[in-house]
Amino acid sequence: MLSINNLHAKIDDKLILKELNLQVNAGEVHAIMGPNGSGKSTTGHVLSGRDGYEVVEGSVSFLGKNLLEMDTEERAREGLFLAFQYPVEIPGVSNMEFMKAAVDAVREHRGQEAIDAVSFLKKTREFCKAVNLDQNFLKRGVNEGFSGGEKKRNEILQMMLLEPKLCILDETDSGLDIDALQVVAEGVNSLRSPERSFLIVTHYQRLLDYIEPDFVHVLAGGKIVKSGDKSLALELEEKGYGWIEASLSGAA
Amino acid sequence: MSQEQIDQLITKDYAAGFVTDIESETLAPGLDEDVIRFISGKKNEPEWMLEWRLKAYRAWREMVEPEWAHVNYPKIDFDALSYYSAPKSMEDKPKSLDEVDPELLETYKKLGIPLHEQEMLAGVAVDAVFDSVSVATTFRGKLKDAGVIFCSISEAVHDYPELIKKYLGSVVPQKDNFYAALNSAVFSDGSFVYIPKGVRCPMELSTYFRINEQNTGQFERTLIIADEGSHVSYLEGCTAPMRDENQLHAAVVELVALDDANIKYSTVQNWYPGNAEGHGGIYNFVTKRGIAHTNARISWTQVETGSAITWKYPSCVLKGDNSVGEFYSVALTNNYQQADTGTKMIHLGKNTRSTIISKGISAGKSSNAYRGLVRMNPAAEGARNYTQCDSLLIGDKCAAHTFPYIESKNPSAVIEHEATTSKVSDDQLYLCLQRGIDTEKAVSMIVNGFCKEVFKELPMEFAVEAGKLLEVSLEGSVG
Repeated sequence: MLSINNLHAKIDDKLILKELNLQVNAGEVHAIMGPNGSGKSTTGHVLSGRDGYEVVEGSVSFLGKNLLEMDTEERAREGLFLAFQYPVEIPGVSNMEFMKAAVDAVREHRGQEAIDAVSFLKKTREFCKAVNLDQNFLKRGVNEGFSGGEKKRNEILQMMLLEPKLCILDETDSGLDIDALQVVAEGVNSLRSPERSFLIVTHYQRLLDYIEPDFVHVLAGGKIVKSGDKSLALELEEKGYGWIEASLSGAA
Repeated sequence: MSQEQIDQLITKDYAAGFVTDIESETLAPGLDEDVIRFISGKKNEPEWMLEWRLKAYRAWREMVEPEWAHVNYPKIDFDALSYYSAPKSMEDKPKSLDEVDPELLETYKKLGIPLHEQEMLAGVAVDAVFDSVSVATTFRGKLKDAGVIFCSISEAVHDYPELIKKYLGSVVPQKDNFYAALNSAVFSDGSFVYIPKGVRCPMELSTYFRINEQNTGQFERTLIIADEGSHVSYLEGCTAPMRDENQLHAAVVELVALDDANIKYSTVQNWYPGNAEGHGGIYNFVTKRGIAHTNARISWTQVETGSAITWKYPSCVLKGDNSVGEFYSVALTNNYQQADTGTKMIHLGKNTRSTIISKGISAGKSSNAYRGLVRMNPAAEGARNYTQCDSLLIGDKCAAHTFPYIESKNPSAVIEHEATTSKVSDDQLYLCLQRGIDTEKAVSMIVNGFCKEVFKELPMEFAVEAGKLLEVSLEGSVG
């Protein structure tokens, strides 16, 4: 599904990712944890192709294609979805109109016909229920005046509608209370399938209580320094990140 | 998304920029009393009309061009302009559309207003003004049954002299301002509308103006009178072919809403804005004003995307008690366009109310200014105004300005003013791209969202056109 090899990337001439390697197979859930400034969010933005993030070395293949050659919107249409840490507001553009435009763009790319308004509305309402968002949110401007939790649930709603192949969740748990966290986790779990993979970027083990990962990676200094199964997350929760950094510098 | 992509977006060609090859009769450049006599003579005008024009001309000669607007342009040489141009085939006026020069009709077709089709399908009566002569007025019959008069102003001078004498210049006097005086002296044609007492006009009235001839100024004059208790909605659309030279457009629109009458005036202005380097384009210096009598309502809605320079302040004089004035505006500037536009709400009567919603969008290297006056006169007991001015910037080389003037001479009057400035942010574009939506669609969605409050005021068919127009005008705009 996703193969990251020796990836080096910088923002404003500052090298953030150094020698990042990661293999994600179809159906797997990978959690990426790590201290502040280790390059977790950068990984998500580099993969989705944000302007200003420059890859200086290495390669990324996504479903057998060279991901780094594609434009941002092309990556999205190929099935890469990023749930934002801080979803931005677009005043005056209704949530519904925005999501329809996104779904139409993705469907067109896949050679499918534009979805008719009635079935789209039906589907959207159904998913609204699943993420516990009132239908009124469909008429409001994109994220306009939404609370932190509502914005995150709106991200999950978009994820459900777009049916991506690879979902990257960038600290989706930050700023969520326990109820909202459960809603988000249930949304993600409902999407788990043998064809779909997840990359979950998080600071805390908390989210992983609800979304059980197959692999846990620790990112520090722009590269993965330790990988393991879900028990690694528990270990990190208990000991913090300090011991990994210490053991690394000891080894060096 | 890259800078180049954004730049590409804003540089789409001007779709209405073709020139129609029609033999025209055009007066040599220059302006003096003889020219005015010539124009008046061409139209077989009665003596009183000629005198009216000459009075305006003499006043104009004493006036100086206003320089207070936030726009820059080389001084206009008024002696280098021609003040009359008419397609030759119009010498003998057509009795019906069948008699109109087919090439002329083809022009309208290219502009998307096939008169024949409109006549049959759209239910819109169109008075099309081509350069200086009204070409064809459709739907007269149906309007006549309702008692509505919709004709060119030249015809009205002959057929309804009492109405013209009474109302022409009653809202915008000859000496009102430099460009209004010039228009009063040389106006070539325009539309005239009269809605009788208690009549609700059975259809939307619409005029398409088009400047075709090179080096001609277009000075149309529109007068709309809504008698007591009547209703009318009037649409105005404008385009002009591409030219290297600047062309002058100085129009005057007067609205009279008598007691309990309701006038809705909508404009989609897409005059040629000049090329990407700022050469050519229309100078649009327009005076639009309405008087609202007791319980009357005047509503201006405008979508301004064209012209090299726009200088325009559709205004309401709220003379009667409980009268209402509204101004909804979207002004978009791109490349080197300059706009100084807004409104004046003059509250004279008791409990008068006005609403101003202005949306300015600046892209490229353009400059966009809102200039608005809200005046509460001493007698305007309990008057209210609400003003909202929002500016949206696209890129970092454009400018937005707001010049609100507020004068309140009545302590019971309430005035509210809100202003915001925002940018189409990289984060918003990134969100759209990450969901698979391309830059062009994303920018157009964001801008349309920004304008929603104004678009919902437009008649349905215009709202669609306005949205499309914004899309075209924005091509290549993010920078």
